Amino acid sequence: MSKYKNILLDPIFNDNPIARQILGICSALAVTSKLETSIVMALAVIFVLTFSNLAVSLIRNHISSSTRILIEMTIIASLVIIADQIIKAYAFDISKQLSVYVGLIITNCILMGRAEAFALKNPPTLSILDGLGNGFGYTFILLFVGFFRELFGSGKLLGYTIFTLNTEGGWYNPNGLFLLSPSAFIIIGLFIWFVRTWKPEQVEEE
Amino acid sequence: MLEHYLSLFVKSIFIENMALAFFLGMCTFLAVSKRVETAIGLGIAVVVVQGITMPVNNLIYHNVLKEGALSWIGLANVDLSFLGLVTYIGVIASMVQILEMTLDKFVPKLYNSLGIFLPLITVNCAILGGSLFMVEREYNFAESVTFGFGSGAGFALAVIALAGIREKLRYSNIPVGLRGLGITFITTGLMAIAFMLFSGIQL
Repeated sequence: MSKYKNILLDPIFNDNPIARQILGICSALAVTSKLETSIVMALAVIFVLTFSNLAVSLIRNHISSSTRILIEMTIIASLVIIADQIIKAYAFDISKQLSVYVGLIITNCILMGRAEAFALKNPPTLSILDGLGNGFGYTFILLFVGFFRELFGSGKLLGYTIFTLNTEGGWYNPNGLFLLSPSAFIIIGLFIWFVRTWKPEQVEEE
Repeated sequence: MLEHYLSLFVKSIFIENMALAFFLGMCTFLAVSKRVETAIGLGIAVVVVQGITMPVNNLIYHNVLKEGALSWIGLANVDLSFLGLVTYIGVIASMVQILEMTLDKFVPKLYNSLGIFLPLITVNCAILGGSLFMVEREYNFAESVTFGFGSGAGFALAVIALAGIREKLRYSNIPVGLRGLGITFITTGLMAIAFMLFSGIQL
């Protein structure tokens, strides 16, 4: 039982896909300038990741190593198209804001990385849990970064004003750097510092 | 005419740097920049893959996918451009697979040092992003060759520069929790701010 629990919970702090495995960073930079887009993006990634892990794991004994990349990419691309269609059908406004980024899930290396490193070697149940766990780990970072970037960059959260901007008669002078991508690097860097101070066993020896 | 291609080449290396101006291909960028030697290997692999896939995708786009492109077999009204994403990723994935097999056979040392990151070039957003930019900006065949090699070289330049910085950082006294990945993220953030200075230049 604890094995299942570990596979599900480890990727959140102990083996986080972004902060520790270095997977899926491009999208973490692109969609996090607002909290809302971060949430939708994270849900889409959880969906695609869980099902792509399941599908790859189910057929893992039937694919040869020389054609595996093509097969994995086909599975992932089809799942991304499904996710894209679902978002378009039920959340059209958000889909308009996200359209480019949902397509970019195809090139999100979390999917490929987990398929290569886990789903190809493990049975379906474990692969689903691994997909869910890594999806949650990814979600956690996206929400963390999105929270700070929207709050300090435009003084809002989910579109509601938290700090009144000085252009609207308030006191807060927004820091435009938080809306630009380099700030996401620095926030993730500080997040890693925070986690590793809390869990010193993650520190890398160089 | 030559000037046009030269300026496109310089622009794709510095002003529109894939890694530091568009933040594409970050996973490989951060993971394979520990040593200058491996970074050079990855850089060469990206230049090769980018330089091959972009012209191939360009040919496919202009002769098969674009609206009216199929008129040479008498289907003037067919528009297949919605198949773009799947086609480009298919071309990229097969190119990477061929490169992987070639390296495994002829340069096993480089193959082993690239490890999981060679298959990950497939999902390197710099490669797919490059093909999408090429379609969006309507480059012709010669321009796509130039842009392919230029953007690949820009990525290689950025990854080798970061590897150089990281090799020097090993001798500095960094707070314990920030060692390794943490400081790499912050360094990349600062490099990206520096590269933002190129963004206003018109060639």
